[in-house]
Amino acid sequence: MKYLLNLDRVHKEYTNLIAVNQISFKVPESCIFGLLGPNGAGKTSLIRIITGITQPDSGTVKFNDQIINSAVNSSIGYMPEERGLYKKMTVGEQLIYLCRLKGLSKADANKSVTHWVEKFEIQSWWNKKIEELSKGMSQKVQFIATIAHNPKLIILDEPFSGLDPINTNLIKDEIIELKNQGASIIFSTHRMEQVEELCEEIVLVNKGKNVLSGPVKEIREKYKENLFQIETDRPINDELNTEWNIVQKLGLSTIIRIKENQSSNQFLSRVINDGLNILSFHEVLPTFNDIFIRTVNEANHE
Amino acid sequence: MSKLGIIISKEYLTRVKNKKFIITTLLTPLGFLVFFVVIFLLMSNESDKKYRVTISDQSKINLTLPSDSKKFSFIKSDAPMDSLKAQYQRGETDAILVLPNFAGVDVKNYTAYYYSDKTLDIEMESKLSNYLDNSLRNYKMQLLSIDKTQLEKIDTKISIDPEPVSENITDHSEYTSKVATMLGGAMGYIIFFIIFLYGAGVMRSVTEEKINRIVEVVISSVSPTQLMLGKIIGVGLVGLTQIVIWMILIPVVYLIGISVSGFQVHDIQQIASQMPQDQLNKAEEIQFVIRELMNLNWLKILSVFIIYFLGGFFIYSAMFAAIGAAIGDDVNDSQSLTMFVSIPILLGMYAMFSCIREPDSSLATFGSLFPLWSPIIMPAMIPFDVPWWQLLLSIVILFLFAYFIIFLAGRIFRTGILLYGKKATAKELFKWMFVKQ
Repeated sequence: MKYLLNLDRVHKEYTNLIAVNQISFKVPESCIFGLLGPNGAGKTSLIRIITGITQPDSGTVKFNDQIINSAVNSSIGYMPEERGLYKKMTVGEQLIYLCRLKGLSKADANKSVTHWVEKFEIQSWWNKKIEELSKGMSQKVQFIATIAHNPKLIILDEPFSGLDPINTNLIKDEIIELKNQGASIIFSTHRMEQVEELCEEIVLVNKGKNVLSGPVKEIREKYKENLFQIETDRPINDELNTEWNIVQKLGLSTIIRIKENQSSNQFLSRVINDGLNILSFHEVLPTFNDIFIRTVNEANHE
Repeated sequence: MSKLGIIISKEYLTRVKNKKFIITTLLTPLGFLVFFVVIFLLMSNESDKKYRVTISDQSKINLTLPSDSKKFSFIKSDAPMDSLKAQYQRGETDAILVLPNFAGVDVKNYTAYYYSDKTLDIEMESKLSNYLDNSLRNYKMQLLSIDKTQLEKIDTKISIDPEPVSENITDHSEYTSKVATMLGGAMGYIIFFIIFLYGAGVMRSVTEEKINRIVEVVISSVSPTQLMLGKIIGVGLVGLTQIVIWMILIPVVYLIGISVSGFQVHDIQQIASQMPQDQLNKAEEIQFVIRELMNLNWLKILSVFIIYFLGGFFIYSAMFAAIGAAIGDDVNDSQSLTMFVSIPILLGMYAMFSCIREPDSSLATFGSLFPLWSPIIMPAMIPFDVPWWQLLLSIVILFLFAYFIIFLAGRIFRTGILLYGKKATAKELFKWMFVKQ
């Protein structure tokens, strides 16, 4: 697999705080990558190092096998968590200005911004000042400002905070489309359901350290507890409890844990033998919420 | 275009296209025109009302009446005071001047009484006191048998004309230093004002970007130093644009004002001819001042003005930018930090006023070289013929210092701009300047 971004033992200390402690991870090309961690874990410090805003004390950040520099910089788009635009500038002027700062010529910037403004159907805002727009509207503008220069790497810090469901979907679709066109998206968030929905790989940072990283599927696989959920037309027999570990029984739905010497097929045939009709049967994977809380708590107790 | 260029042009254009900028830039010279016209109208204003003054002469020296003018007419009356007052009540006269007994040559103070229910205005007062002064003087001369022509020979008008010793120094008139003081003070003050105004503008713009977090996006594209320099240069160019427009517009407006009102320098002479002696001297002085202003090396003065505006602006706006980056989320925090900037610049302003009074003092030499003060003091000193070596040395120091300050401010800027929350303390600022982060 080709990697777009490669962090190798990146370290950054402030006067009395290790913000980033020997963190290494790789972001593949064309990937939605989750950067997770509790508040104050060092996510923003890490993002600032990746975007080249600050320099690490040691370690390297390579983008397409190149050390981050101003040329690489124009291939990165960054949307900070705390949104901000020039209140007194018009939407059009502002987008073109930010695009040109990323190295596009005036004509290219104009073309690209026009394209996105049309795509988001906000042409009528072109001459409006940001202070005249609603919060949701200015977030669309902010998103365009992040991607209008066609970056290969897009860093979105809590992109959905404060968005209504319609705009959330709009941005989500856009993120998936950008990924399909080959861009990688680093996506920093606390909202674990979004991680499950969108991310292919993650890194979980706590107190400046990389405590968990890898593809989302593998991680959930690793953290699975052999739990299965079965739904039947009648409640299952309580006698099963002697042989099988019933974790939870709620009406027609039951969750069991399959022990090492057992298999799910054995359990199913047992239920069928009891004369029950099986409506559904599937493995219960741990939610990312659980994994997040568990990992962070474990790391904190070390 | 380089990224620095893009920032400069954005900072410049958003300001210059702003309505407020256009209005102040164009209205200020018009304000001068209005001021000029109002002064002219006030000077040439003469009311149609004629004042009739009845003089009740009890001095027993038989004074001659003052001559009537457009505004005043005089009648002598021996009627008793009661009947004069009755005349006043009937509106037959506007004022009664009572001249009490005049004892003779030894009188040093003499008080006449002016009866009227209206206030005694300045013009009337000066007219009457001039008249009495002349009349009593003539009467005393008679008593002392002094010949008027002989007396006039005694008076000598004194003026001291400064002359250079060396040949290569321009000859000046006695008004040169007066004019230089006036002009220098005005230039120093204007530069102080512009630097403060636009420097604070840079600070506001930095703070604004920091508070609404756009800065995070911007410095992921350009370096903080580029951003700071772009702002300083962009805003500085706005200030320069305004100054240059004014330098062109003000003389133009002045010329238009002259041609519309028909007012010219020699008109002062005409007005002067109607004035009493002491006012006549003032009018002469105005002519000298104008002549002196015309003789100044304006090219040198204006270029020095622009050079020092730029140097001073770079120094102070870099300091302002650093402060703007160092403050927390509350704009009001800036006040205690702006002291670092306002104290040196205010001291410079006060030092300037002392320097133009004594342009040869060591304070003046120091002030014209010390880079925190020279942007204010040197333009103020330039009408006094500062030696070339001093001017050049001062400019070199100014720009070296500006470079140094921008370097230090850049270090504060790039650290401060990313820190949110509380404002930085002076100790932290110092650490940011000199310790590697």
